Amino acid sequence: MTSHDPPPLEEPRQEDSLAPEQHSLDDTSPSVPPITRWYYRHLLPVRLGHWINVLCLPILIMSGFQIFNAHSALYWGDRSDRDRPILAMTSVRTESGERKGITMVAGHTFDTTGVLGLSGERARGFPSWATLPSAQWLAMGRRWHLFFAWIFVINGLLFGLYALLRGHFWRDLFPHWRDLQNIGKTILDHLLFRHPSGEEAKHYNVLQKIAYTGVIFGLGPLIVLTGLSMSPMIDAAFPWLLTVFGGRQSARTIHFLACFAFIGFVVIHLFQVIVTGLWNNLRSMVTGWYTIPESEEVHEKTNAD
Amino acid sequence: MKKRTPIDRRRFLIGAAQAAGLLLLTGCDSLSRSDWFPRLLGKAEGLTRRAQRLVTTRRAMAKEYTEADLSPVFPSNGTSDPNDSDYQALAQRHFADWRLKIGGLVKNPARFSLSELRQFPSRTQITRHDCVEGWSAIGKWKGVPLGELLTRVQPLPSARYAVFHCADPDDEDQYYYESIDLEDVYHPQTILAYELNDQPLPIANGAPLRLRVERQLGYKMAKYVMRIELVDSFDSIAGGRGGYWEDQGYEWYAGI
Repeated sequence: MTSHDPPPLEEPRQEDSLAPEQHSLDDTSPSVPPITRWYYRHLLPVRLGHWINVLCLPILIMSGFQIFNAHSALYWGDRSDRDRPILAMTSVRTESGERKGITMVAGHTFDTTGVLGLSGERARGFPSWATLPSAQWLAMGRRWHLFFAWIFVINGLLFGLYALLRGHFWRDLFPHWRDLQNIGKTILDHLLFRHPSGEEAKHYNVLQKIAYTGVIFGLGPLIVLTGLSMSPMIDAAFPWLLTVFGGRQSARTIHFLACFAFIGFVVIHLFQVIVTGLWNNLRSMVTGWYTIPESEEVHEKTNAD
Repeated sequence: MKKRTPIDRRRFLIGAAQAAGLLLLTGCDSLSRSDWFPRLLGKAEGLTRRAQRLVTTRRAMAKEYTEADLSPVFPSNGTSDPNDSDYQALAQRHFADWRLKIGGLVKNPARFSLSELRQFPSRTQITRHDCVEGWSAIGKWKGVPLGELLTRVQPLPSARYAVFHCADPDDEDQYYYESIDLEDVYHPQTILAYELNDQPLPIANGAPLRLRVERQLGYKMAKYVMRIELVDSFDSIAGGRGGYWEDQGYEWYAGI
């Protein structure tokens, strides 16, 4: 097997001798003899941190919706003046006696019956299938949220320290200038569903780097700090948090927006995981081992053999 | 060495994903209703309390605002008019017959009328009230610092908590109560308020006297306070969790 690999391209981290010998799962081309080049892509701390987040995020998002439902409106500033929300999910009764779910965003109202404002015959912000627990139960939602917030924060801190101290951040995650120069080509590749092969597939592309760096070192700290800004005790200890986020209700609004940014990230991330080879990606995040799609050059070489 | 085939791995991953999905969608609800799991989740409360107290000095003050920041209407949440005949009789006479009783683990149990409380040095503060539900309102409170009152009655060294017994019962005749520890008792912003926005405290907001504990959430700030009891433990009071909402599963430490 290893004889098919072009020798000068090997990285020190690649340990082909340890790789299980098998056929590539994704090779559908019948004319090319199936060749698998294994690459140890994700180190243990990355995999561990990743799967802890997979556990935490759905729980935090759904218990967060539960907490939001206790007062399903958002405001800007320090106060929540009931007549001045920037977002509100309510249920109203129409003249014909029918109940409707209404969502108001910045002055515009939308009929969201069945999903937001009114669902399952109940007046509630988010529907029961999106909240944890499913029934209206603020105390339990807080328990889930605050417990898994600790795990999320500890995991994030440990991973962030690991990434910074062991070079993972600078080597694999940080979008360097030479990455950014190719951003146009990378965006085009994404739009055309052209996926990197060969040596290129061993590294995150520039859009991945921007997304991962942004989430780990931007969005993550933002959602934790806005969450902490809602704590009256933390506000007493660190009053600048209120200044930075523009007040406690603003912090709550930003926390909510950051939550949807996380949801957006997860949706795009899962889409990319599926279209770039679900099993290969999943295996590499579970075991570390990733198979490298062959580049044109390698194909030719293989055919010549 | 025997090698695993891709099919094994595939089956394993599908199984794992299904198990995770099932656990999340249906398991979480039954976990929530179990005995042990909420108790496990509740461990976070102690961690939060210790961590927050570690980074917050004893005297760290909640932000104080200006008159311009006041909420147009300070909301009334929970009880807005206690369903209790004794309370209603007191209210009818504008609380002239009302006395705040302080007892329990103190050297000198005492009773104070509203006018006596007004004789004490007072503190006025414009602060933000954060409800556990998520809303915030800003009000101007005037009252007597709790620490000031307690130096009069002299708590015994064994006293660890102040318990506030209130006049408002729920539908099952369970009366509201709350408790705070001595660190909060002696915090300068912890006051027993008798005025809101320069007016005598309205019944909707807890007349004649309500507690302000500015570094915790609103449910700690008992309204309609009738009696303060100093205790070394609240295990034997009502549900034993230190407060009305605590007995329903909310955290005793409400700093977040």
